[in-house]
Amino acid sequence: MITLFFYLFSAVLLGASAMVVTSRNPVHAVLFLILAFLNAAALFLIAGAEFLALTLVVVYVGAVAVLFLFVVMMLDVDFVQLREGFQRYAPVGAAVGLVLFGELAAVLFGWEAWSGSFAVRGSATPSSVSNTVALGQVLYTHYVYLFQLSGLILLVAMIGAIVLTHRERRGALRQDIGRQQARRVDETLEILQVPSRAGAGQIGLFRPKHLPSPVRDREPVERA
Amino acid sequence: MNWQAAAPEIFLACSGLVILLLGVSLRQDRSKLCTWLTLGAFGVAGWLVVGTSPATAYEGLYVADGFAGFAKLLILAGGALSMILALDYNAQQRIARFEFPVLVLFSTVGMMTMASAANLMTLYIGLELQSLAIYVLAAFARDDIRSSEAGLKYFVLSALASGLLLYGISLAYGFAGTMQIGQLATAMTDPANLPAGVAVAVAFVIAGLAFKLSAVPFHMWTPDVYQGAPTPVTAFMSTAPKVAPFVVLLRVMLVGFGHVGAQWQPIIEIVSIASMILGSLAAIAQSNIKRLMAYSSIGHMGYALIGLAVGTEAGVRGVLIYLLTYIVMSAGTFACIIAMQRRGQQVDRIADLGGLARNDLPLAAVMAIFMFSMAGLPPMAGFFGKVYVFLAAVQAGFWTLAIIGVLTSVVGCFYYLRVIKVMFFDGAEAAFDRRTASVSAVAFAAGAFTLFFFAMPAPFVGAAARAARVLLG
Repeated sequence: MITLFFYLFSAVLLGASAMVVTSRNPVHAVLFLILAFLNAAALFLIAGAEFLALTLVVVYVGAVAVLFLFVVMMLDVDFVQLREGFQRYAPVGAAVGLVLFGELAAVLFGWEAWSGSFAVRGSATPSSVSNTVALGQVLYTHYVYLFQLSGLILLVAMIGAIVLTHRERRGALRQDIGRQQARRVDETLEILQVPSRAGAGQIGLFRPKHLPSPVRDREPVERA
Repeated sequence: MNWQAAAPEIFLACSGLVILLLGVSLRQDRSKLCTWLTLGAFGVAGWLVVGTSPATAYEGLYVADGFAGFAKLLILAGGALSMILALDYNAQQRIARFEFPVLVLFSTVGMMTMASAANLMTLYIGLELQSLAIYVLAAFARDDIRSSEAGLKYFVLSALASGLLLYGISLAYGFAGTMQIGQLATAMTDPANLPAGVAVAVAFVIAGLAFKLSAVPFHMWTPDVYQGAPTPVTAFMSTAPKVAPFVVLLRVMLVGFGHVGAQWQPIIEIVSIASMILGSLAAIAQSNIKRLMAYSSIGHMGYALIGLAVGTEAGVRGVLIYLLTYIVMSAGTFACIIAMQRRGQQVDRIADLGGLARNDLPLAAVMAIFMFSMAGLPPMAGFFGKVYVFLAAVQAGFWTLAIIGVLTSVVGCFYYLRVIKVMFFDGAEAAFDRRTASVSAVAFAAGAFTLFFFAMPAPFVGAAARAARVLLG
């Protein structure tokens, strides 16, 4: 049964990956990418790596792929124009790909792990706990230094995004809490005697003089 | 767990957070204050580096030894020098923001981590921290299209190189079952029975790190990024971020893959020879001084790689001395380049230096010192860097490398001396703006070091020798 599912997910994964690079419509490509991620996650689940599987779904499907989708939809990229050089560069690309593929094949078929590799592995396969627990046990202890450094990397990414894109805009409306707190009633409210039975039609619209008129408004109607 | 072994990095990272908060919470632009605070933090970190006793920490992920300490001091010096250069330049170019020193600081934390990496994962994370900050720094003048181009180009190509490096690391891990550099060595003690994958792993690790070193054939990004980035950032890129990948390359190759030297020695030799030749030939045609410096740095990395190809203790010592002299003269040269401003605008053609000797003799003189030193003429510091590397090559019988190195140095003399000729004998251009104090300080301090290195090289050579012995001992 597991084997059947393995081949099912693998086949869909391969098909979806092929569609990612071949489909003409970039939005379709991103959707196929999401399909590929989901199937890869299923394969991880079969292999017993539930943490990786869920991370793949949460991070890659939930965040990265959706981000891709937004970028593809919002940027005005002419994909036909992008593909113009494709014919010209195809032979070079194919040659490089072929060489890489050959190397990969050589690696794969000549592969052999060092006999002592099991003895020196950082953490053995956990038998009594699920691998999320096992990961948590080492992530914040053995690897705390790297964990904190990864946090710094994210911080730098955030600083970078702000430095490169944030601009102080003139005329932007900002909340000034100090000024709000310092306001007094008599600056804000003006008490008027309104004759009874006189509606807005008779006294006209009223606007306190010390307030600036909204830009789009026509001339404020003065009180008669 | 002796977490204190990483005290310099921890201190630097924490002070980075404090400076960041300070910069955010102060209303006005406080980039100068933040820069001075960062410089102070660098000083304290340097003191902590000197005071750290050799130790392995964090389950063997991190090692603080004499070799790492030497490299960290170089890295801190490079970062500090380029930050001083940025002090007035950023204000003049209206790109002064307090994030600049903070990014340099975090990049430095990444580089120091690389120098202390005893595990391939530590190496990778340090490398990413370093690079990510530098991408942003390269694009720091965000209204300048060249700067944005530099940042984007460096980012895209560097991400590819990181991918190659990771691929190599994963293959090495797949073979040995460990990413500890020390344990890799035990896995590789039987070079006869290694699968093909290990050779591919070594090649990919070299490719990923050689990219950061801008060694041929992974140098393509260098001229454009050097030219486009704001000049203090270029100064930064040519100092500390050259040291960190180099020392980590030394550690990984000589310690981790030390037994399989036959696999990587030819690669390093080819990379070294190609860098030396391209660095000296392509620089001849340049008319822009920053591009010239880019090719010059490619060439210099080629010379320094000789020491790695040799792989002996003398070779490592040569590399360390080379890096020391290189970052000082490089920071000094960029100080002179930053001084090339007319009416607040940076000019960077070599022809703009014309008549500098008449307009500003001290600057022309100190620039001449750097050019002589880059060319490797005695008695400048650059000469000693080359001597120790070539000496190691000759002692170990690597005659080809030494001979090609000497020949390309002679070719290199041509374009370095051309800069001097333009400054002293060519037609007068208008004078540059008044030098700022920070630029003068860096230029003349680096000039003094470069000029008088011959008088007392012993402490530096001794420190480099001790560091080399620690690495290989």
